[in-house]
Amino acid sequence: MAIASTSGGRRPFNRRKKSCPFSGPNAPKIDYKDTKLLQRYVSERGKIVPSRISAVSQKKQRELAQAVKRARFLGLLPYVIG
Amino acid sequence: MALYEHTFLARQDISAQQAEALAEQFKGVLEENGGSVGKVENWGLRTAAYRIQKNRKCHYIHMNVDAPAAALAEMERQMRIHEDILRYMTIRVEEHEEGPSAIMKKSDRDDRPRRDRDDRPPRDSKPEASGE
Repeated sequence: MAIASTSGGRRPFNRRKKSCPFSGPNAPKIDYKDTKLLQRYVSERGKIVPSRISAVSQKKQRELAQAVKRARFLGLLPYVIG
Repeated sequence: MALYEHTFLARQDISAQQAEALAEQFKGVLEENGGSVGKVENWGLRTAAYRIQKNRKCHYIHMNVDAPAAALAEMERQMRIHEDILRYMTIRVEEHEEGPSAIMKKSDRDDRPRRDRDDRPPRDSKPEASGE
């Protein structure tokens, strides 16, 4: 018996369990210099993607946000796009 | 003494040699004040993501520093005065990373597809700015 774990059975299929991309063994290290990594966690407008979408854990999301902000300050990432 | 990572941005009109000289100069300041500088990385003339004081591009210099806080404060004071320095950022770190940083690695092989996370498709379906 599969328990509909997400949003009270509105979705017919079971969604894959999300897991934090920065937890576990060979997880990448969050670094403000690694723009390629950070780029995946900002939207097309340049906003930081919320953790409920990117499945980053709370702890790592705080680290990530800090890194993105540092990268923005140095002009490695944009504040706004478009 | 504490470990720091220090990055500064220099004006785009100065030459690469001048940028190197700036790095040397501020390295000297730190050493005078009892600090030491480990790795110095010149990221070269990079295009910034937005204009910084009318500069589209900047010389980026990054260094790993082991110095007392007073030495950093003195260097930052001089950087604020220096006309060629656009911006700097110092970050306290627990340990310095060895080897070239992520920026340098990327510029070596720019379009090598990085498949370090195979379980996850590239996030094309990013939330579009819905309410524009």
